[in-house]
Amino acid sequence: MSVRTLRIDGRDVASGEGTTVLEAARDAGVAIPTLCHLEGLSPVAACRLCLVEIEGSNKLQPACITPVSEGMVVHTATPRLREIRRTVIELLFTEGNHVCAVCVANGHCELQDRAVDVGMDHARLPYRFPDRPVDLSHQRFGLDHNRCILCSRCVRVCDEVEGAHVWDMAWRGEHCRIIAGLDQPWGAVDACTDCGKCVMVCPTGALFHKGDSVAEKHEDPSRLAALLQARRARQEAP
Amino acid sequence: MNGLRCCASAGCLARGSGALIGALETAISRAELGDRIQLRPVGCLGPCSQGPLLALDPDGDLYAGVGPQDAETLVAALARRLHQGSDQATPLEWAPARGERLDLRAPFFQRQRRIVLEHCGLIDPTDLEQAIAVGAYGQLERVLQGWSPERVLTELQRSGLRGRGGAGYPTGLKWATVARMPGARKVVVCNADEGDPGAFMDRAVLEGDPHRVLEGMAIAAYAVGADHGFIYIRAEYALAIERLRLAIDQAVRRGRLGPALFGTGFGFSVELRVGAGAYVCGEETALIASIEGKRGTPRPRPPYPAERGVGGKPTLINNVETLANVAPILREGADWFAAIGTAGSAGTKVFSLTGHVRRGGLVEVPMGTSLTTVVLEMGEGAPEGSAVKAVQTGGPSGGCVPADRLDTPLDYESLQALGTIMGSGGMVVLDQSTDMVALAAYFMAFCREESCGKCVPCRAGTVQLHGLLERILAGSASRADLDQLETLGAMVMDTSLCGLGQSAPKPMLSTLRYFRGDYLARLEAP
Repeated sequence: MSVRTLRIDGRDVASGEGTTVLEAARDAGVAIPTLCHLEGLSPVAACRLCLVEIEGSNKLQPACITPVSEGMVVHTATPRLREIRRTVIELLFTEGNHVCAVCVANGHCELQDRAVDVGMDHARLPYRFPDRPVDLSHQRFGLDHNRCILCSRCVRVCDEVEGAHVWDMAWRGEHCRIIAGLDQPWGAVDACTDCGKCVMVCPTGALFHKGDSVAEKHEDPSRLAALLQARRARQEAP
Repeated sequence: MNGLRCCASAGCLARGSGALIGALETAISRAELGDRIQLRPVGCLGPCSQGPLLALDPDGDLYAGVGPQDAETLVAALARRLHQGSDQATPLEWAPARGERLDLRAPFFQRQRRIVLEHCGLIDPTDLEQAIAVGAYGQLERVLQGWSPERVLTELQRSGLRGRGGAGYPTGLKWATVARMPGARKVVVCNADEGDPGAFMDRAVLEGDPHRVLEGMAIAAYAVGADHGFIYIRAEYALAIERLRLAIDQAVRRGRLGPALFGTGFGFSVELRVGAGAYVCGEETALIASIEGKRGTPRPRPPYPAERGVGGKPTLINNVETLANVAPILREGADWFAAIGTAGSAGTKVFSLTGHVRRGGLVEVPMGTSLTTVVLEMGEGAPEGSAVKAVQTGGPSGGCVPADRLDTPLDYESLQALGTIMGSGGMVVLDQSTDMVALAAYFMAFCREESCGKCVPCRAGTVQLHGLLERILAGSASRADLDQLETLGAMVMDTSLCGLGQSAPKPMLSTLRYFRGDYLARLEAP
């Protein structure tokens, strides 16, 4: 594999061809915030948190899907990018009903963590307080649409890793919603294997284990990468 | 022989041309003149706002506002003239009861240069033989029987044709890129998902001269090495869909589409794909997903469709009007085409002229024609007692040209410099009564509704922007809200995933640029 050398925030970085800017930055110890991205799932570049500036390009590029190239000069934390990230987080907070104090994921929530990272101490945009339902029809898990940020990790993990394709995105724009099966109650969808991977990768408290109370959801989405690694190792074993 | 051409496109049909055609048929057969008067339903005749429109041959006269009640008197007048034995010499002594004979010396007609629409309004779009009689598929045959694909590519590149869908990407370059891609199977897609409010250019082309577009697709396929094509058309265009279906069937039966065309080894088939009401499916990656039967959401580019399109195959996507330009370019030559229009924007552009304008309809003018010519001369300006305030071009992705800049030539770069775009050709004239804040709110509501919801800035940002505009409209916004509107607008433009979000704030930012006073007047007193 040939090597590409580039500069990320003033650091010289050498990465293999085909590596993304996000991977290269993380290898070099440069943190770029993400939400929809999760190692082990196909990238969708939808949350726009990982946008970076690349010298010579007038457009911001999502680090999660932009491959490194020779001589690339990347800036990941300019004032403009910081402002954009804060606005993205504000847009997410004001779009749903994110009440940390009563949330199962309080203290273990990626949205909450990113809000802290970007310094969002308050929302400058008005809260929209949408009327959203909660689906408790599944025996073991629940889905609270109020906390969903539509990152589509659950959709991808169920399709790409579990192979069950229980989840889909329905409707458009502000009316977008995660649906189970053909917009059925989750518990009524036979395709669900009850594996819980969707709960594991959910960055917020939208998907949760029934019985978890405030701050009791201790999922670690990065476990997915370990799980996939283990699966690969077993498949490759003689 | 006397001929009557009656517009049977959606605009005139909505104004009653269906009943007119029926009444004329009855009157002609009652007068037993079926063999001496040929009645043809045709495509758009131009001044749609004055329909139903009827053209008389061989005189070339055009009548507006003709109704079924006029059929008897018209046929009687034609009969009188026929009995006198003079078909053409004497002008017809007839006028519609509530309509008029249009003065074809008016700028609306004189200033046009019809290339894309050259046969629109002349031929019956449901009759392949009439299309062939005026040259349809002639260029395809010529190309297949003696031209190499490279020669077609060179000709297209030399012509300077740029994409008519909005962005103005050089068509020849796009074709050459797809042609260079490896892969045995390639795809040609015609984007007929025309969705900008006030835009109906492509609909008119498809309803009036569908074979022109099919021929353009087939030539494109030959040039890039494709064997299959799709036309992606919005479901709302029921008549265009019907005529395209018929046109494809006829072309296949007549050996103009299908395997081994004109005795060569080249074959090309076309499939129609009907959209399901999503504006975003006009964006090429969403369009591809929709053709594949997936949810119509855009994905990041690269890879561009030229590299990975429908079913992963290299795909050429062109707009309807772009493809309709192909046959005349090959017929008359690249130099001929390049000489029309301006240096950077060759050829003509079809515009749908609507809004606060006395004479609305479909016009085709050379690139570089000024907005003054199109709006004030051809369209004859705003209605009595008012004046033009601005002209909106490019729909929800475009912006406004204020009245004092109407001398701007219509070419890609000049419009961009004013903060708007050529777009696909929608041109909405706005008079002094227009509230520019309400206009901005209208377009933002459109984008809010049409956002696919995939990326955060477009999904949630358009909602917040629309909310801020509503607040300004309600008179309860402050100076800080206006600042936030501009900051958030810039953020949504910079960060959205696809063209819809990246341009959604444009109509708003454009009105802020030229009509800031309309906004300031509505702010709460500090």
